[in-house]
Amino acid sequence: MVVIFDLLIQGAQMASVLLLAPLLTGFVRKIKARLLRRQGPSAIQPYRDLIRLLRKEVVLAENASWLFRVTPYLIFAFTWVAASIIPTFATDLTFSWTADLIAIAALLGSARFFLALAGMDVGTSFGGIGSSREVMIATLAEPAMLLTIFTLALIAGSTQLSTIAAVMISSHVGLRVSLGMALIALIMVAIAENARIPVDNPATHLELTMVHEAMVLEYSGRHLAMIELAAFLKLLLYISLISCIFLPWNLAAPGAGITAYILGMVAYIAKLAIGAVLLALFETATAKMRVFRVPEFLGAALMLGMLATLLLFVSRSL
Amino acid sequence: MMPVAVVLWCIAVLLGISVLAVVISRSPGATPVIYGASLSVSVGALAIALFQLVTAASAPLVTLVLPFGLPWLGAHLRLDALAAFFLVVINLGAAAASFYGLGYGRHETAPHRLLPFFPAFLAGMNLVILAADAFTFLLSWEFMSLVSWALVMTHHRDADNRRAAYIYLVMASFGTLALLLGFGLLAGAAGSYDFATMRTHGHTPAVTALVLTLTLIGAGSKAGLVPLHIWLPLAHPAAPSHVSALMSGVMTKVAVYGFIRIVFDLLGEPAWWSGMVVLMLGGVTAVVGILHALMEHDLKRLLAYSTIENIGIIFVGLGLALAFEANAMELAAALALAAALFHVLNHSFFKSLLFFGAGAVLTATGERNMDKLGGLIHRMPFTSFAFLIGAVAISALPPFNGFVSEWLTFQAILQSPNLPQWGLKIMVPAVGGLLALSAALAAACFVKAFGITFLGRPRTLAAERAHEVDRFSLVAMFVFAVLCLVAGTLPGIIIDALAPVTLALVGGRMPLQTSVPWLSIVPISEGHSSYNGLLVFVFIAFSASLTASCVHLFASRALRRAPAWDCGFPESATQTQYTSASFAQPILRVFGTLLFQARETVQMPAPGDPRPARFTLKKRDLIWEGVYEPIAGAVWYIAERLNHVQFLTIRRYLSLVFLALVILLLVLAIWS
Repeated sequence: MVVIFDLLIQGAQMASVLLLAPLLTGFVRKIKARLLRRQGPSAIQPYRDLIRLLRKEVVLAENASWLFRVTPYLIFAFTWVAASIIPTFATDLTFSWTADLIAIAALLGSARFFLALAGMDVGTSFGGIGSSREVMIATLAEPAMLLTIFTLALIAGSTQLSTIAAVMISSHVGLRVSLGMALIALIMVAIAENARIPVDNPATHLELTMVHEAMVLEYSGRHLAMIELAAFLKLLLYISLISCIFLPWNLAAPGAGITAYILGMVAYIAKLAIGAVLLALFETATAKMRVFRVPEFLGAALMLGMLATLLLFVSRSL
Repeated sequence: MMPVAVVLWCIAVLLGISVLAVVISRSPGATPVIYGASLSVSVGALAIALFQLVTAASAPLVTLVLPFGLPWLGAHLRLDALAAFFLVVINLGAAAASFYGLGYGRHETAPHRLLPFFPAFLAGMNLVILAADAFTFLLSWEFMSLVSWALVMTHHRDADNRRAAYIYLVMASFGTLALLLGFGLLAGAAGSYDFATMRTHGHTPAVTALVLTLTLIGAGSKAGLVPLHIWLPLAHPAAPSHVSALMSGVMTKVAVYGFIRIVFDLLGEPAWWSGMVVLMLGGVTAVVGILHALMEHDLKRLLAYSTIENIGIIFVGLGLALAFEANAMELAAALALAAALFHVLNHSFFKSLLFFGAGAVLTATGERNMDKLGGLIHRMPFTSFAFLIGAVAISALPPFNGFVSEWLTFQAILQSPNLPQWGLKIMVPAVGGLLALSAALAAACFVKAFGITFLGRPRTLAAERAHEVDRFSLVAMFVFAVLCLVAGTLPGIIIDALAPVTLALVGGRMPLQTSVPWLSIVPISEGHSSYNGLLVFVFIAFSASLTASCVHLFASRALRRAPAWDCGFPESATQTQYTSASFAQPILRVFGTLLFQARETVQMPAPGDPRPARFTLKKRDLIWEGVYEPIAGAVWYIAERLNHVQFLTIRRYLSLVFLALVILLLVLAIWS
């Protein structure tokens, strides 16, 4: 009975991230539009887009290989599995011990690996430029992410997200310089990984500065739908990750009653909304940078992560 | 019969095959006979080594003494857990390479230059592992080096190969010299050259430091530690591809074995700074190796540089193990050592696989230059699939094996804040950062390797006319592809198999993994950190196929082929695709300005000027220029000066000898 209930909760988590992800992106777009004094499309527009794309036929480039056709599903699966492991409204889910934070970062790395390959599959210059820049960004974002993970793991004594959340909510963590640095580094990585302004512009097309959109240029129909959905999920994943670590309140513990779960869900949606508003505010306030300014931006994240880890190593004996 | 004796017989049979190959290698049927025989012997040795590794805890250790070698010493041979593990790595790689050779060898233009040395190379590597005295060890080490040199020289008409082989020979002799001196110090004044006596010696800190340095030079040069890596990217690709796979996937592991044997086993208690030195070298090696790999356009040389990176990762694990052992943290030391050994195994899997793939591409197109390939995924579907798995695995991505060892290394790093020394406290997070950087760069590197070679449109006629390779080569690749997945999804079994090795070397072991529910792996204890490759794999496979079938069932399955979109501006010339250099250019701009001193210049003619615009990229290899060129210059200078000594009369020679004798006796007199 308990097992079935646990599995149900895990299932609810997997379904909720999938269902909430398009709404989150729609919400961010709506707020951005309102901040620019535009009406903007409705917040549920991404769902309509996805359904429309799913129903359309796929127009496949003549020399696209099997890898090009498999990649959208693989990317979606990698992102979905990663998102399902993050404690969103409840901790210690049935499969939360399957992968720790390092593995979650690596799962996103796998998704990126295949997306970059898909960009090169058709053999167009746009695909190449996108893949080449994506891996350049990743070579800085991934180590920054890992160093942030080191910082958190050293404070919590574990790389398991549920444990980290539990430690962060306990009182003896307090305010730490390392944590602040880790938070800033993580946000910078999240912006870069989700191809948001100032690193990349999610709304742009036909522009030589684009990265993510250049890679997926040849995709259409259901393939594009899967890739879009994966991108929505990734944004949700990062906001959930940051909120689970730095705002770990109202996460339902295992065995808690049904009210705790509902409360956790409400709190989670509120956290997502806060994240979305902050993201929209930040994006409206900044301009996109040149591609070769991105390494400096991410280099700062890397150095912050490094510094945070080093501080923890050094302060351990004091 | 004792396992060690069986392995010895296998070595003897391999040497016999080698002799047979000398006789028959010019006959047309020789290739399958030699590779077939090598295959069966390797499989036999593999079975024995596996059996020995599993039963290592219970079986008594026997040292076989044979009346070879130095008359007062004899040849000591022993098969302990560490040796058994490395024998598994060697013979697995050897068996697969032999199998691959059954098909690949048919295209060999000079089999008589390759076949006699191939089994001898396998024999040499096996013998290094078995050796339990310094003389046998050095003899077989040098034998292995010389035979592999002969293999590098297989295609000796190519001037590049001759140069590669020459540099290899110089570096290998230098490395052996360092090891010889190291063993001399270990043996002490009494000159006891068998390992059992060496273990009992205590050493002064100065001797320990000297032995560590000499071992780092000797074994490190063979493994490809920066800055001693210089020969590796030249020599490994020069050999035929299955030999490249053996050299990169297996022979570098013999070097790692040499390092572990001397530093962990023979040298006794390590000092904490030895861990720091090894850590630093490992971290630098990993990043320098993978950055070089990223800049490469020759597929096989890219793989060779990536070997340097992986050796760096292995040495980071070993350095951590030394640091933990020096501070009596057995559990953490066992974790770090197990991570390093796991990576040894993993690297032998995926690097062999990737070299086999590069060999298949070479057979199919005659090209190693990625910029002349492209679109091979259509013409060589099986090779490209296997290569893809190797590329994912080596990029440390789940659910494959590369990620597991990387994950274990990170977990070991997270154990290190408790180390008391300040040097280590600062070095370990820095190396952690380097390791994270090298993992990300490795993924970029293999996106490039796979993307440029196999994806896109064919850039030349040769790539367009490629054809799938023979079944033997494919089977050899797929065996390793499956092993990559198995090691990635069931890592607990391998970690448990490593327990006797870590117990023997650092006196600790990781918790028993196979008893953990759901076959997860836990580095320290349950509830601390865990990873379950099997479930990750199942989840990904399940959700991907579920989504795909749902979409196909309920949404749409219509598909139309059309010309590429490319923003409405498709370019028909295949030369406009990204090349290996253009793909790596952003990364070169970010990381290369320091390491390679890369300078880009664009010469844009004035408007109306019909001359073409020019883009020049200048790169320098600072290690080559800063370390090797001065040494080579100095040697050359001294040789020039001493040249006239070659043309003296016999009277002068005799007086020189006399003078030398007097000086030596004087030195001796003053010394004592």
